[in-house]
Amino acid sequence: MLEMTYAQAINAALREEMQRDGKVYILGEDVGVFGGCFGVTAGLIDQFGPQRVLDTPISETAIIGSAVGAAAAGLRPVPEIMFMDFMAVCLDEFFNQAAKMRYMFGGKARVPVTLRTVCGAGVGAAAQHSQSLEAWFTHMPGVKVVMPSTPADAKGLLVASIRDDNPVIFIEHKVLYVLSGPVPEGEYSIPLGKADIKRPGGDVTIVATSMMVHNALAAAQTLAGEGVEAEVVDPRTLSPLDKDTILESVAKTGRLVVVHEAVKNSGFGGEIAAMVAEEGFDYLDAPIKRVGAPFTPVPFSPHLEAAYIPDENKIITAVKEIM
Amino acid sequence: MALTKEEMLVMYRKMLLIREFEETVANMFSQGQIPGFVHLYVGEEAVAVGVCSNLGEQDYIASTHRGHGHGIARGASVDKMMAEIFGKVDGYCKGKGGSMHIADVELGFLGANGIVGAGLPLAAGAAFANKYLNNNGVAVCFFGDGASNRATFHEALNLASIWKLPVIFVCENNMYGISMCQERHQNITDVADRSTAYGIPGLTVDGNDLMAVYEAAAEAVKRARAGEGPTLIECKTYRHRGHFEGDACVYRSEDELNRWKMKCPIKRFGDRLLEMGLAGRDELDKIKEQVKEQIESALEFARRSPLPDVSELTKDVYCD
Repeated sequence: MLEMTYAQAINAALREEMQRDGKVYILGEDVGVFGGCFGVTAGLIDQFGPQRVLDTPISETAIIGSAVGAAAAGLRPVPEIMFMDFMAVCLDEFFNQAAKMRYMFGGKARVPVTLRTVCGAGVGAAAQHSQSLEAWFTHMPGVKVVMPSTPADAKGLLVASIRDDNPVIFIEHKVLYVLSGPVPEGEYSIPLGKADIKRPGGDVTIVATSMMVHNALAAAQTLAGEGVEAEVVDPRTLSPLDKDTILESVAKTGRLVVVHEAVKNSGFGGEIAAMVAEEGFDYLDAPIKRVGAPFTPVPFSPHLEAAYIPDENKIITAVKEIM
Repeated sequence: MALTKEEMLVMYRKMLLIREFEETVANMFSQGQIPGFVHLYVGEEAVAVGVCSNLGEQDYIASTHRGHGHGIARGASVDKMMAEIFGKVDGYCKGKGGSMHIADVELGFLGANGIVGAGLPLAAGAAFANKYLNNNGVAVCFFGDGASNRATFHEALNLASIWKLPVIFVCENNMYGISMCQERHQNITDVADRSTAYGIPGLTVDGNDLMAVYEAAAEAVKRARAGEGPTLIECKTYRHRGHFEGDACVYRSEDELNRWKMKCPIKRFGDRLLEMGLAGRDELDKIKEQVKEQIESALEFARRSPLPDVSELTKDVYCD
């Protein structure tokens, strides 16, 4: 095992895939000379040159639109949208073009675009640079949605995303970039649509995504001291969703808490809760709980932002309500 | 490079094929035989044919909601197009796309598009792919005067200009964005003026003059293949039909329509062929007869084709 940060693991995946396949290229705002707003693409332009690592103007519509056109014409673009919030200015290119092209054209197009973008609060970036909008994309047939929580998952899932022939939105969390962890040596990929049990336990299932996996693990640690063993399930890919792993866990524990950083209203947690209610109701010994952000924009003041983000205590409270 | 008589007759035939196809679709639509929306290209045939006659195998086109003419000019099968418009399984998209999504990526046809202005960045991307693959291919985007007000127009032209992409932006200025006439929707007369904002060549041509379109496109394609970057060509034209079939056209006058019908691109080019002695009246009439038969056969093909099985509903969402 190597030790690297989440950002380094993503950089390594990009580097390896670009070495492996000459049709893979990167484009986005400040991804080249500048190395990316968070330094994730640092050094790639030196190795692959400006023909394959393209700095673009501040033109999200052209970034995604041109990537979709190039993908349909045979390339494998990996565009970066600097903050997920900016997807609002290029949604058509992803939603009405990339996601639907294969179906609209009767199965005769491939659009292998891997759109990397960054979600998450926690750095004082306020309402337009902090959102977690994964639920927008899980509502889009034709798109795969990936949200890694660890360096090892980030690398293996990004490799799988780039090799996938479908449009993928790969959602990184800005607070996780500095997280260090073990990463397998050599080439590997993690299949899309496979959840991972980040901590086994028999008393309650906590399904958590991205940054919330770490808050759920901290909560599980505390709960263990009080005699409650929580199983933390990280779906890793939200679409397609690994229902089986979630249902098997709930069958074992009889209790479910779903945690995400996005606002709770119409969040992806609702989908998981509904799925378990429909397909695993008999397993449940208690009502399902959801933990998410309040229905507000992300506030700026660190004091308010801390109150906004679902933390360990909110997760513990939710678990205790159903124990 | 002068066109041969054969090439000119092929172009004449293609314009007629588009006209006959569209008039048949209009007729079938009015009889309630075609579901959904259709936007017809009647009157604008010289643009698609004049531009696409310059394209080769490696090249791509991106089209609009008014896309039948582009597909036919690119060489798409009228049988499969008609079947698609009827929602039948033998259509280009197995009946899943319809009029607004007819596409054949292998033919270099990146699709009609239901979103106004969506094709511009897609074409820039296809042009980028050709440049990246160094295959000498270009891409063309057709779009209307209405689309020239969208952000996609600005972003795509800007990106194409700084990256010197081999792309030709063809504005079909038919004077209306749905019901809004040009003087109400933009404060310029010539969309080509916008090229100066991107430091690229822009020109305005008579979009109902096949040869004018052909020559402008030939020059732009040559520039693109030579690595000199994009061109904006504005073709002034007019749609004889409404924005969509069923449009009462309350926003324009009969007089205006009739003036433009007098400038019909097919009649004009036919007259020119006669004047130049490149064809006789009987030869042109014969082409017309053959085109009619071809479209009748396409209609028959579409009618005979089965509806898609309901099991198709959930297929083709993802690649395996």
